[in-house]
Amino acid sequence: MIKLNTPISNNDIKLLEAGEKVLLSGIIYTARDQAHLRLINEKELPFKMKGSVIYYVGPTPKRDGFSIGSSGPTSSYRMDKLAVPLMERGLKLMIGKGDRSEEFRKEMIKNNSCYLIATGGIGALLSSKIISSEIILYEDLGAEAVYKLEVKDFPCFVAYDIYGNNIFKDN
Amino acid sequence: MRKIDLSEVTNIVKESVIKINYELDNSLVALIQKAKANETKEISKSILSDILENQDIAREGNIPLCQDTGIVVVFLEVGTSVQIEGDIYEAINEGVKQGYNQGYLRKSVVKHPFLRENTKDNSPAIIHTKLVSGDKIKLHIASKGGGSENMSTVVMLTPTDGIEGVKKLVLDTIFNAGGKPCPPIIVGIGIGGNFEKSAILAKEALLRDLDDSSNDNIIKQLEDELYTEINKLGVGPMGVGGETTCLAVKINYFPMHIASLPVAINIQCHSARHIEVIL
Repeated sequence: MIKLNTPISNNDIKLLEAGEKVLLSGIIYTARDQAHLRLINEKELPFKMKGSVIYYVGPTPKRDGFSIGSSGPTSSYRMDKLAVPLMERGLKLMIGKGDRSEEFRKEMIKNNSCYLIATGGIGALLSSKIISSEIILYEDLGAEAVYKLEVKDFPCFVAYDIYGNNIFKDN
Repeated sequence: MRKIDLSEVTNIVKESVIKINYELDNSLVALIQKAKANETKEISKSILSDILENQDIAREGNIPLCQDTGIVVVFLEVGTSVQIEGDIYEAINEGVKQGYNQGYLRKSVVKHPFLRENTKDNSPAIIHTKLVSGDKIKLHIASKGGGSENMSTVVMLTPTDGIEGVKKLVLDTIFNAGGKPCPPIIVGIGIGGNFEKSAILAKEALLRDLDDSSNDNIIKQLEDELYTEINKLGVGPMGVGGETTCLAVKINYFPMHIASLPVAINIQCHSARHIEVIL
């Protein structure tokens, strides 16, 4: 098990091997399909892409007194092509669920990034690892807006590493 | 004629969509517990443990089981001795709107395939209506997530593809879906009818009791065989490998054209959220 803090360095990426459990802490950002479409065309971003982490999630509405609503991962494959320009701008970790394309995996290795998975369908449990949340971009997208999240020991597994291992193929 | 007050329909839909998104059915929880005991790999076991812990947290009523609280599907059976004054579809959709707002559920429905503007209240529901005899209204209400729905398929096999053709299609579909539909999954299969009928049969199959089996011997045997074969695929919880890929296989069938063997496979994630209510 590896504990990681954001922002993520190239050294951190070297430590990650497929199948390993990761507890992630620090600031991460959310983005799904529509937010990706917009992000790739933004000249200036309200957060630093270099060393950043993007979590593929669209949470449920938050109740008063809670940091966020239910917040589990969505399927990552839908973001495969759209993730490439963001990795080229320094995106280091993506958190989602499920297998992705070979093209994505090659681009990920080339850009020295990593793909982590969180367990789908456990959004209530995962939300307890999110300390705070705020919408920072594209509020009009509703659940698909970009949130800034502060997480503490957020549980993931390394799915693809830079050494070519794949949790879905090596089991 | 028995008069049904449509506000009752709205209320029951509202209460149902909230309940199913916070409380996982006990028979499903029991199957996941059994699967956990059966797993040998540490990572697969820990995923099933997390799924069980998650439903305990959600049951407290503050945070839904999953962030994808689905699009609502209703199988509506109306007794012909029931008198309805007004628009029952509107009443159902009003229940969806109230439930998704009051229950802090995610609004996951967009108006247009390309403009993708959110309806902001999770309406409209997808409603399938049947007329039956009697003086009751039955609603089977489901919140269906997008991830598992995206891995579903309809294929027009030919009659001579037969039972082996169906098996191969089901196993290939589930293997290729891998971890995307959030396994362990429930598999609903519709065989026969025609193109659209097979898909509705598959969806209806997903709503059957988890412990029942088909009353047709050949179909029951196919359900049992596919359950075993699917679990031998090794996809495992969330696709990371293991003994449990599916929790149940349900097949519904219907007569079909001599030229056709339509097969629909509807996949349900481990968070199967549905309830039957009778008014």
